Amino acid sequence: MAAERALEMVADILKCRDDFPVLQTKMHGKPLAFLDSGASAQKPQAVIDVMNNVYEGGYSNIHRGLYEISQNLTADYEAVRSKVAEFIGAPSEKNIVFTGNATEGINLVARSWGRTFLQKGDEIILTEMEHHANIVPWQMLRDEIGVVIKTILFDERGALDLEAFERLLTHKTRLVSFVHISNALGTVNPARKIIEIAKDFYPDMRVLVDGSQGVVHNAVNMVDLDADFYVFTGHKLYGPSGIGVLYGKEELLNAMPPYKGGGDMIERVSFEETTYKDAPYKFEAGTPPIVEVIGLGTAIDYVSAIGMENIAVHEAALLVYGTEKLREIDGLTIHGAAPEKAGILSFTIDGTHPSDIGMILDQCGVAIRAGHHCCMPLMDKLNLDATVRASLGLYSNKNDIDQLVEGLHKVKEMFK
Amino acid sequence: MALQSSIEEVTENFSLFDDWEERYRYLIDLGRELPAMDESLKTDKNFVQGCTSRVWMQADVKDDVFHFVADSDAHIVRGLIALLMIAYQDKNVGEIAGVDIEGMFKEIGLDQHLSPNRRSGFFAMVERIKKLAVNS
Repeated sequence: MAAERALEMVADILKCRDDFPVLQTKMHGKPLAFLDSGASAQKPQAVIDVMNNVYEGGYSNIHRGLYEISQNLTADYEAVRSKVAEFIGAPSEKNIVFTGNATEGINLVARSWGRTFLQKGDEIILTEMEHHANIVPWQMLRDEIGVVIKTILFDERGALDLEAFERLLTHKTRLVSFVHISNALGTVNPARKIIEIAKDFYPDMRVLVDGSQGVVHNAVNMVDLDADFYVFTGHKLYGPSGIGVLYGKEELLNAMPPYKGGGDMIERVSFEETTYKDAPYKFEAGTPPIVEVIGLGTAIDYVSAIGMENIAVHEAALLVYGTEKLREIDGLTIHGAAPEKAGILSFTIDGTHPSDIGMILDQCGVAIRAGHHCCMPLMDKLNLDATVRASLGLYSNKNDIDQLVEGLHKVKEMFK
Repeated sequence: MALQSSIEEVTENFSLFDDWEERYRYLIDLGRELPAMDESLKTDKNFVQGCTSRVWMQADVKDDVFHFVADSDAHIVRGLIALLMIAYQDKNVGEIAGVDIEGMFKEIGLDQHLSPNRRSGFFAMVERIKKLAVNS
């Protein structure tokens, strides 16, 4: 019975591909094998439609209008906040701050929480596998107020060394900030365990999780996870670009000052004094990305209808298939073999540069990413300056992998 | 040797190719003819920043004549550099501004490599050459 249900689930999820118009197109005359969802995912028709519908049928600014379309859109917009809260298992919509992307979420925490609650000599622990978005904001803070940055090392498989992490913790550590799923290696970090270690060491230790990939490849639950902050972006979750989310514990958000000033975030303004609204509104100065928020809501509806657990099972099966197929290619090395791994395949091939591979695959209709994946410290550690990265999404299938493998054989032939 | 050819000869050669594969094979072959760049010249100063592959270039203008050496760790980029050699090497600086590099790349179907959107070291390198010619 369970097996039958599993087969049905696979059939259902394979049909989802038809919901994505871009995947029906061609690239250089070949069917498009889109294996760059880790950079940004394609959008289902439902997301495209809902955004068009707002522009065509009821667009206005929100939080201000006394007229019907503005009030309706405001209600729809705020309903997405509740939907996001439910999607990530947050206690309430008050935990949800809309940002431009995950990068802005981290910058917000660094500028607002960091500048208020950290001082010279305080220590921040990052990992060696962070995206630049979770390195540079902390370096800016270091240069400004003199905090100290330490990093957790990872081993040859791409798994974090948790014992080394425990050794890094001192009475000066105030924040641990790490990536849930590595965009360059696919490593799924033991987020719950890391948070437990941090909070056991010091209950007021703050933890930020970069969930840009984490929220895309499996279900997350903020109450279970117990992170203080969790950031992600809409465009990797099959939603529009320009909208991201910062989850924060309510008491923390309330204690943090706004980091941008402007309209829509204030209670009262005079030239002498301004009072701010409560969180999350005090962090949302100016007209927000209204239609993008609506689009994000529909993207969440879409993936929720499929089921994040089902997406995870589908991608895991495809990752196994892809790993086996790539291993058959002579001279190919896969980077990243952590025990827990999501749908990301990072690799190099002897005698060719990732940039060469990317350009030939482009001609073969295969979209991958070649480069350092905004993780230069990680690349340094691996003694590489670039890799090829094929990343999976809910719509990926075996044909995509086969087309990739065929393209790689072409690469090998051309650079013989 | 192909690197001695003129822009016209190169575009004519490219026009004979039926598909992308032949174009890229020719490009890869051109890259193989690129004179080696001395490792000691691959310094930070000569490094051209890009996102996908590494490029180094050292350029000089002597007696109004432009001369450069360059290299990349990617084969296809080496081929693209070879095209730049054909277009620019040992030209009078006055002539450099007159080289229609975009037109040439468009004609041979490689103009996407000159797009700033690629954030490539190669694109940055072409910008550097143009600037050098203007400032000399």
